[in-house]
Amino acid sequence: MTTVATPTTRVPRFPNAAAWIGVAPFFVFAVMFLILPTASLLVGAFQDHDGAFTLSNLARLWQPSILHSYSLSIEVSIASAFFGALIGLALAIAALRGGLPAWVRPTLMTFSGVASNFAGVPLAFAFMATLGRLGFVTILLRGVGVDLYASGFSLFTFTGLTLTYLYFQIPLMVLVIAPAIDGLKTEWSEAADILGAGRLQYWRMIVLPILWPSVLGASLLLFANAFGAIATAYALTGSFLNIVPILLYAQIRGDVLHDPNLGYALAFGMLLITGLSNVAYLYLRARSDRWLK
Amino acid sequence: MKSGKFAAWAAMILGVAYFLAPLIATFEFSLRMRRGEYSFDAYRVVLASGNFRDSFFYSTVLAFVTIIVGVLVVVPTAYWVQLRLPRLRGLVEFITLLPLVVPAIVLVFGYIKLYGSSSILPLTATSLGADALLMFGYVGLGLPYMYRSVETALRSIDVRTLTEAAESQGAGIFTILFHIILPNIRSGILSGAFLTFAIVIGEFTFASLLDRPAFGPYLQLIGASKAYEPSALAIIAFALTWACMGLIQLFGSGVRFSVDKP
Repeated sequence: MTTVATPTTRVPRFPNAAAWIGVAPFFVFAVMFLILPTASLLVGAFQDHDGAFTLSNLARLWQPSILHSYSLSIEVSIASAFFGALIGLALAIAALRGGLPAWVRPTLMTFSGVASNFAGVPLAFAFMATLGRLGFVTILLRGVGVDLYASGFSLFTFTGLTLTYLYFQIPLMVLVIAPAIDGLKTEWSEAADILGAGRLQYWRMIVLPILWPSVLGASLLLFANAFGAIATAYALTGSFLNIVPILLYAQIRGDVLHDPNLGYALAFGMLLITGLSNVAYLYLRARSDRWLK
Repeated sequence: MKSGKFAAWAAMILGVAYFLAPLIATFEFSLRMRRGEYSFDAYRVVLASGNFRDSFFYSTVLAFVTIIVGVLVVVPTAYWVQLRLPRLRGLVEFITLLPLVVPAIVLVFGYIKLYGSSSILPLTATSLGADALLMFGYVGLGLPYMYRSVETALRSIDVRTLTEAAESQGAGIFTILFHIILPNIRSGILSGAFLTFAIVIGEFTFASLLDRPAFGPYLQLIGASKAYEPSALAIIAFALTWACMGLIQLFGSGVRFSVDKP
């Protein structure tokens, strides 16, 4: 990078050394508590007991129980990301462009800030009180003749977990997608009107092409968000639903795989999946930012 | 246009129903401890429990230390990147996003591998060491939010002019950072602090795997063994999250107001 000479009226009193000393604690922290721990797992995934290079840990991920965990995790994450993105988008469009009263928008945004952070163990409690066997909604529905549990529903299954994850996925989508919807200029809508486009044409031919990178990107963010989550699932189902984070948790706690290196490989697989979806998210965001300037 | 507005209302009402139902249900459930009538017994039992108080106190103290360390790590960095080292911006931003990419469970696994009792720096071997490790982990979890809020606040003030004015009056770098910059970005720091608090107070994965007596593992234990107390605790946790977000709005809107004014 070339530095453009700017006319300086005075010699700065603090040398650059002061700046470097100032940022040093940040980099020491980052190396010790973010980069090295992650890197050491990545290295461990490719080592055997004696520290020699091997691919056998990764190869051993291809056993039925572990593959099942990964596919279950991916399915839950896709389902909660897909519905979270769809419903979050609908809510955000309704609040921002639906002609609703002005107070709806700030209320929705504040609530989304709260709900997207209301995850973990308390969220599991809330859904047990709602859709558990003795939950409020379960009993309410039984009162009107709909027996959820008799019809095969259970909170402690794939569907139940997805439904619970939506409680933080939808608000996260609202928060992430709101700037993109704000970026839709009213001029475009007016121009479409003047040129004789119908509402449907406007949405299909103008809004959709502009929004889709943002929507896809946000969905990937939601996917990664669900994929790494553990506390809600653990509090809800114990180790009944063996998603990857729960398998890894059990491995760390009690060494259930009897092989720490296999644990590192498990972590490597998780990191690969969340890493790729985040990279794709950042790429798509950069793409959509061009329109939203 | 009429049908659009109808659809907007319909979407909003369905959304409200989905988001309110669990809150109403949890609150109702938390009142059911006494047979045949509503009471706040579950809350009384929870609040009187020594384990609740101990773990909540532990997590609160830890959250405060996390926030202080987080501010000390983030503010000088954001300040110098803005003022003198703009070429580091990309790298610093990338690092602050790492905690969103690396799942907490993976990160803590790395801690256990790197700082376990048989390693060079066996932080988990002592109770204080494990507390410190947990605290640094939480600084990491809060980093994306703390950095973003501080950075936004720094952008809204004229860092260069403030620094030069202070320098010309003979202020040292600590005076500038703590007496000039810090008060001017107070709102950003507070936003980051409340968000950090909301994330840290009930965190489960780190605390549980590092075997710390924190609020998150306590919640999980109660959930596995009690009937009505978990609902009361969920309501308390939700109220805490609301309080944090409310405080952010309060301080955050203060910033916007003063920036919007010409």
